[in-house]
Amino acid sequence: MSMTDLNTLTIAEARDALRRGEVTSLDLTEACLAAIEGAGALGAFVHVTADLARDQARAADARIAAGDAPAMCGIPLGIKDLFCTRGVPSQAASRILQGFRPEYESTVTQNLFDAGAVMLGKLNMDEFAMGSSNETSCYGAAVNPWRRGNDATPLTPGGSSGGSASAVAADLCLAATGTDTGGSIRQPAAFAGITGIKPTYGRCSRWGIVAFASSLDQAGPMTKSVRDAAIMLGAMCGHDPKDSTSADLPVPDFEALLTGDIRGKVIGIPREYRMDGMPAEIEALWSEGAAMLRDAGAEIRDISLPHTKYALPAYYVIAPAEASSNLARYDGVRYGHRAKLAPGDGITEMYEKTRAEGFGPEVQRRVMVGTYVLSAGFYDAYYNRARRVRTLIKRDFEEVFAAGVDAILTPATPSAAFGLGEMAEADPVQMYLNDVFTVTVNLAGLPGIAVPAGLDRQGLPLGLQLIGRPWEEGDLLNTAHVLEDAAGFVAKPAKWW
Amino acid sequence: MSIDLETAARVARLARIRVDADALPALAQEFNTILGFIEQLNEVDVEGVAPMTSVTPMRLKRRADVVTDGNCQGAILSNAPDAREGFFVVPKVVE
Repeated sequence: MSMTDLNTLTIAEARDALRRGEVTSLDLTEACLAAIEGAGALGAFVHVTADLARDQARAADARIAAGDAPAMCGIPLGIKDLFCTRGVPSQAASRILQGFRPEYESTVTQNLFDAGAVMLGKLNMDEFAMGSSNETSCYGAAVNPWRRGNDATPLTPGGSSGGSASAVAADLCLAATGTDTGGSIRQPAAFAGITGIKPTYGRCSRWGIVAFASSLDQAGPMTKSVRDAAIMLGAMCGHDPKDSTSADLPVPDFEALLTGDIRGKVIGIPREYRMDGMPAEIEALWSEGAAMLRDAGAEIRDISLPHTKYALPAYYVIAPAEASSNLARYDGVRYGHRAKLAPGDGITEMYEKTRAEGFGPEVQRRVMVGTYVLSAGFYDAYYNRARRVRTLIKRDFEEVFAAGVDAILTPATPSAAFGLGEMAEADPVQMYLNDVFTVTVNLAGLPGIAVPAGLDRQGLPLGLQLIGRPWEEGDLLNTAHVLEDAAGFVAKPAKWW
Repeated sequence: MSIDLETAARVARLARIRVDADALPALAQEFNTILGFIEQLNEVDVEGVAPMTSVTPMRLKRRADVVTDGNCQGAILSNAPDAREGFFVVPKVVE
């Protein structure tokens, strides 16, 4: 193996090479740092922590040499800017957290560090994870390493975990963390031809992750393979007393559950996901995915999830409502930006000017929509109604699982990656439609995974999504592994950056 | 349901976000687009359906009512835009 392409390894390959003593974590880390250095055009890494990474790599090498090496030991990762990392800028891609250096470490990153993982730096994202194209970031958009053939139009890597998707697809790191509130791991994974899993709500601690919509937010890995997702998810999750919604359940060895055997499993194909105007290529890919799982011995069954069409409108009540509460803390008092005040300005002016300067337009819009739906007189009509509809959306899934369905196969996104700026003239709702296939999973608290399954005629990756039963990420990953094997997606973006 | 300029201004004030008067018409228009999208929820029969409180059935954990953390004033104040003598500093609140 060449020492110059170590950054292209999967976690599993790197782990095995580290254990055989063929490479060191420092070698892997230097290869990634060099790749990051040459990839400024992607805008993926927004804070590089090279010194910290080298220190962590040396510590990992010592641990490996001592024979104490968990699977993630020595693996260089990118960390989404939404995770608070001690002493390292953590600003959720927002001006309002400019200069914020947390005094504490998020549980998920601490878990990864305890397992020996190396942090290369922080990754670009939509501001406060609100967006589907990474264009709401205060750092500027991250760019997808994929292009439409020879057309140099810069494409979105999706959002909100767009920097994570871009970095993994371009081999700037071996894997990355993401977070997913309405599709923010799965949509960018699909746009960038990588794998991303959002686990069951409660699997990963939310402690130390900047909150967007607390009843929907979950962290998860974004990786180059399903096996890597299994390895990294195992290191990220686990019970945490600091998050009251963290599940006190044992974490299985997800990788050991990748048996490749799905004979007798029932895969549901929900008719409501067949949208009007869906590109024929996505429709065809979906059918091919079902055929692959059938060929592997699964039973394919048509199912109905009747409240699907109401998921996005319910989400756009619940998520802004929770965001308006969560983002109330950014007031210019305890951390981050404070506006310059005019003589005579009081505390209300300080709040209003600070938040107007610190929040970008999409964040302001969502905070205000959330404020409106929670305000006196509208709480029942909007917020409580949306929570009732959420109950029905979850019930739809419970009923198909009770009828014996093990997993549900859908497209991951309604299109391939689109051009940066192409949605600039569209109204906000058009952008929201990106999450049409993914948002139901957050509302129902279920695990969902996006797996790259093919290229469209422009040469852009397309993904399929599998949705699993609660807490059965192992079974879900196994089904995804079969799909990955059968689809045989090995394409990589041609390097232009 | 249509949001007028007065309502848009009231929402901005409740959210503690300064919005200039000349930006209010566009903001009201965006609210109307988003709320128009949300109106679809009125088609759903939610009679007798409980609003979701927890997506995963779970009882919130309890712990002993004891201090488990503290003595970290410096860490808490370290990111403040203005901190003096161990306090967060804000413009005068009480005359």
